[in-house]
Amino acid sequence: MAATALFSTLEASAARLPDSIAVEEGGSAAAAPGSITYRELVRLSDRVRDRLRRLGVQPGDRVGIHLRKSIDSVAAIFGILKAGAAYVPVDPGAPAGRNAYILADCSVRTALVEERAAGPLRAELERLGAGPPLIELDTVGGGNGLRAALDRADADDPAPPGTSACPRPGDLAYILYTSGSTGKPKGVMLSHENAMSFVNWCSEILAVTASDRCSSHAPFHFDLSILDLYVSLKHGATLVLIGEEIGKEPMGLAGLIARHRLTVWYSAPSILSLLCQYGNLERHDLSALRLVLFAGEVFPVKHLRALQRLLPAPRYFNLYGPTETNVCTYYEIPGRVPDERTEPYPIGTACAHVQTRVVDPDGATLPAGQEGELCVTGAGVMQGYWNLPESTARAFLVDADGLRWYRTGDIVVEMPSGPYAFVGRRDRMVKRRGYRVELGEIESGLYRHPAVREAAVVALADAEAGVRIKAFLACREGARPSLIALKGFCAATLPGYMIPDLFAFADSLPKTSTDKIDYQRLQELP
Amino acid sequence: MTEIIDIVKGYILEEFLPGENPDELGETTSLITGGILDSLATIKLVAFLEERFGIAIQAHEADTEHMDTLLDIAKLVQSKR
Repeated sequence: MAATALFSTLEASAARLPDSIAVEEGGSAAAAPGSITYRELVRLSDRVRDRLRRLGVQPGDRVGIHLRKSIDSVAAIFGILKAGAAYVPVDPGAPAGRNAYILADCSVRTALVEERAAGPLRAELERLGAGPPLIELDTVGGGNGLRAALDRADADDPAPPGTSACPRPGDLAYILYTSGSTGKPKGVMLSHENAMSFVNWCSEILAVTASDRCSSHAPFHFDLSILDLYVSLKHGATLVLIGEEIGKEPMGLAGLIARHRLTVWYSAPSILSLLCQYGNLERHDLSALRLVLFAGEVFPVKHLRALQRLLPAPRYFNLYGPTETNVCTYYEIPGRVPDERTEPYPIGTACAHVQTRVVDPDGATLPAGQEGELCVTGAGVMQGYWNLPESTARAFLVDADGLRWYRTGDIVVEMPSGPYAFVGRRDRMVKRRGYRVELGEIESGLYRHPAVREAAVVALADAEAGVRIKAFLACREGARPSLIALKGFCAATLPGYMIPDLFAFADSLPKTSTDKIDYQRLQELP
Repeated sequence: MTEIIDIVKGYILEEFLPGENPDELGETTSLITGGILDSLATIKLVAFLEERFGIAIQAHEADTEHMDTLLDIAKLVQSKR
């Protein structure tokens, strides 16, 4: 039973390699990196568990995390899991209103929050009629902010040491909120079994060992973090945390990869594209890298080719899967990208812990060579969306044997050689910097602006940025806001990756005969 | 300083705010936190500044602390000339 718990990854390595470095904070060249051993990480996460229990957290509860990426936030994650609760990580850089909505939506019992964010978050939570007690950390880094907060709490009211929960495989381990088409983010519920089945599959394919040094580039509210955290710690490797700021910064990132001698890299392709264009990779020694994994969006072939030229040694894997399934297909790039190749690489074949099939709009299985929607079943597939039974029902296709198949919304085709090729989406979701963005959520955000009468958003293909988002607005007469005012409004209500790149204005937006926005004709507007 | 501000302002308006009334972009308008410069735009701006003014900007300087307004950027550039 215990080996099915996600935190068993840490416990097993700590028993084997107590004095090895579990987590290192990768900072700028100037700052000394914080680090923590396996033994200490177990101890610190045990203290979090005991404090949460003292606050009344029960198995099955949810606990929020509003902390920048740090040893503190890693220890918080494991402490929450050990208490038998599910962790709900939010983007510390996102507007307080959006984060409060998420924490109120899944009614967290408590949340660990950095002091600098606590005021606005608490105000927004109260506005929503929710007031969970917050555990405030003065700051994060090296685990010190967390230790200080626990010390303060213990001085007032000691938390007796307990033992970790024994979650069942289907119990929730974490909830990740993704963009929702109705304008509200929706919570994807993942269980211990969902995560562990994926982590165990990674062990087979990636063969991570205690001598590896793995990147943690994706933020913890993003599903790429599951591979980073649990695969690295399961095998006694060292996880190198890359903060939000330096993570976006190709000039600093190449130095970080070299300095920390990373052996395994995993990120969305967009930052890899920037790394090979602006990272001055040739000036750094990245020879320790043995695996480059990417997921989240299509990697433009010309950038992949350029990256391989600069870094010829590692093996390259394209991993594919929505948050609802995590990685469900994979493809190893065979050798070097040929000079003449222009089409993107396939998303590959099903991972061993899931099954896949391609269906037509009625749910009937299609033969190889025909385009259809990719569906996934098996141990990796989510439990559902938090508190959204109708969305959950719509997300699944139930077959004659009662098996639930998650409908990815991705149109694929099985190629003659076996792997799936990605064709496109069946709805209005796009990927931007690896994040999924429902264009409808941006529209809902724009409609909140008092001057906006009509809003419609489209995604435009862009060779450099991958996708650019263009918003068409019809505003109340004489009230058209400036571009700067609009961007500022968006920055205050939407995460950064949802802010439109371009705005266009019209007296009214084109409509279809049923009075819906005509997205086809919209594309023809200047 | 004024000269640097004018050059940077012209570049930002042309690259990232096409069609905007120049009067709307003030010396203290928030560029990064105000949603005008995303991470890719910031990288392009840094490349422009390095090229145009013949300076080197360190990775850790390309952040909200050093580059959030035209005034911040002008100070950064000035300090390196």
